[in-house]
Amino acid sequence: MIATQNELSTVLEEFPDAGREHLIPILQSVQTQFGYLSRESMIAVGQRLGLPISKVYGVATFYNQFRFQPLGKVHCQICRGTACHVKGSGKVLDTLRRTLQVEPGQTTRDGNYSYEVVACIGACGLAPVVTVNGDFHAEMSTDTIGKTLRKYLKTDTEQDGN
Amino acid sequence: MGCSTVITLEINDRAMQAKEGETVLDACRRAGIRVPTLCHLKELTPTGACRMCVVEVDGARGLVPACAWPAADGMKVQTHGPRAIRARQMIVELLLASHPDDCLYCIRNGECELQDLAHELGVRERRFHAPCRQYNVDVSNPSIVRDPAKCILCGKCVRVCEEIQGVAAIDFIDRGSQATVGTAFDQGLNVSSCINCGQCAMVCPTGALREQCQLDEVLNALADPDRHVVVQHAPAVSVTLAEEFGMKPGRDIAGTMTAALRKLGFRRVFPTAFSADLTIMEEAAELVARVKNGGPFPMLTSCSPGWIKYMEQQFPDFIPNVSSCKSPQQMLGAIIKSYYAEQVGIDPEKIYSVSIMPCTAKKFEAQRPEMVRNGLPDIDAVLTTRELVRLIRMRGLDFNELEAEAPDSPLGERSSAGKLFGVSGGVMEAALRTAYHLLTGDDLDVVPMKELRGLDGVKQARVTIGDLDVGVAVVSGLENAAHLLNEVREGRSDLHFIEVMTCAGGCVSGGGQPIRTDDTKVRARMKALYEIDRDAHVRRSHENPDIQQLYRDFLGEPLGHRSHELLHTGYAPRDVVA
Repeated sequence: MIATQNELSTVLEEFPDAGREHLIPILQSVQTQFGYLSRESMIAVGQRLGLPISKVYGVATFYNQFRFQPLGKVHCQICRGTACHVKGSGKVLDTLRRTLQVEPGQTTRDGNYSYEVVACIGACGLAPVVTVNGDFHAEMSTDTIGKTLRKYLKTDTEQDGN
Repeated sequence: MGCSTVITLEINDRAMQAKEGETVLDACRRAGIRVPTLCHLKELTPTGACRMCVVEVDGARGLVPACAWPAADGMKVQTHGPRAIRARQMIVELLLASHPDDCLYCIRNGECELQDLAHELGVRERRFHAPCRQYNVDVSNPSIVRDPAKCILCGKCVRVCEEIQGVAAIDFIDRGSQATVGTAFDQGLNVSSCINCGQCAMVCPTGALREQCQLDEVLNALADPDRHVVVQHAPAVSVTLAEEFGMKPGRDIAGTMTAALRKLGFRRVFPTAFSADLTIMEEAAELVARVKNGGPFPMLTSCSPGWIKYMEQQFPDFIPNVSSCKSPQQMLGAIIKSYYAEQVGIDPEKIYSVSIMPCTAKKFEAQRPEMVRNGLPDIDAVLTTRELVRLIRMRGLDFNELEAEAPDSPLGERSSAGKLFGVSGGVMEAALRTAYHLLTGDDLDVVPMKELRGLDGVKQARVTIGDLDVGVAVVSGLENAAHLLNEVREGRSDLHFIEVMTCAGGCVSGGGQPIRTDDTKVRARMKALYEIDRDAHVRRSHENPDIQQLYRDFLGEPLGHRSHELLHTGYAPRDVVA
């Protein structure tokens, strides 16, 4: 926890004369550093900028880009753009929601999986497309999505073992 | 708005003048044209969120929100053309699409701005059915209940909380159809920085924010023959209640209210103004002691419980400056369960002590753990003015049929100084009258302290007491308090005594007062209290015979041993997410 506090101060030091107009860039930096916005980090940012925490939380929840739980070991972005929608990404999303039992933006309790919905990732030719830990996967279906994610978790665990 | 160039515009084909910088809405209101609003709050940032105030302006691309549209020279405005009216109807229909249909059971039935507008605009059917999101009602807070299902996202609560009170306990969370108003991290209000003032409930157009109602508990106590139920009423209540029963704002009906309270079954009726006198005795003595001991200055008043919580959260460094006096409500509660119980020979456990307050924060204050003695709370239940109105209506009492009655003895006499606790500046005037007496042994003729009266948020004066030059300030609205305290933090040292009231204007505009309290009503209530003071025989707290008797028979002297035990309290820093 102390390490986290230090890291947080390091992020805040990047903005020496920060005012309330720097709230979003600071939150972005914090998220880049930690992968999400923790309660503690939002409080620290609010105190630093002299902003009420309710304001910080309000701004953070307004934007889709901020998340409030750590990323899972396997993180999936599912595209809900027009082409992907037409090709059935809605069903893929339903499958994710049902199997993982969490909402977009959340992380499973074991910390393994997280997913989020994005509007269009500009790969309409591959519809319905998802990215998993940054890799693109084309033509996803309700059958293939589970297998794809599990493969990543396996790799991740094997790496941990080494 | 220093600039006052006069411009001419035409509203509904009538030429009229406006000051540059005024909005179209301001101009309309001054001309007596009622343009409906849901999110507008006088003197606060317009947000144009609700679009109810849309009007037609010649040359503008579409309908424009009057609340956020600057009036301009030569502008032509139609406020109630068919287009504007259709738009307003549609807005109300859309708001109702996801609004619960439980008006009959809603606490704001008959006092709801959304209901009124639907009625005025002739909305007679539900054309749109949006799925109602399921929300939890937040009952965690002792003063305020939050029911997000009824929220129309006008944002008035958010602005009052931030801009007037400087608290910002709530803000918008999420976006679009998911948006709600809530606290940081969407937690219960009880763990937020909420100070329980209830100003959010006062501005809420619907029933989304309301007081935590304690009527049932009080009714149960009244129905219990083993309970000795007594009641006290705050200074602001008797000059407010009349409005709700068809009388002119600003009429004092303390006598008939006392009669009504007895009819409701309360065994004894005491004015809180009595214990306001008691507060003054203790607080003035404290001020004098500080003068003798050289501080700490400025001394800060402690009768407004919203301010006290705010101070514990945001200004804990001022804890030594705050008077250790309990508020008048708590003092009277403590005296009722000790001195009064002894006098009438009743076991304090059998006493059920109710207070009627213009305030929601008093509910919180009564539940503070410091306000309990020998396992008994000083006060058992707090009803707001609004709840008293409901209670009176429930019992069908008619004020025209009631004869004025006197309060009970021995805690019934009050000076008019005690009555002044209901207005911003009143505690200061009352305290100075007694402090003058304590410091000089003399009594000045009571002259109104004009610079400490009125609705200004910050009022200051210098007072000469004997050879002392005393700097005093009066603030109401905690944003104003925060500014002044920051000046003190930064080294301002000319102030000795500061009165802080949480609500702008004082208790007369408290968060427990009738919905639709406006400036005119607040002024009328203020005036009534000052008139009571002007016409009173006993105008200084230390001249109140019941107070003198209480010290003679029971307390001994101000700041004495018994006083400390019963009438004083302490504060501690509060760690909240603020």
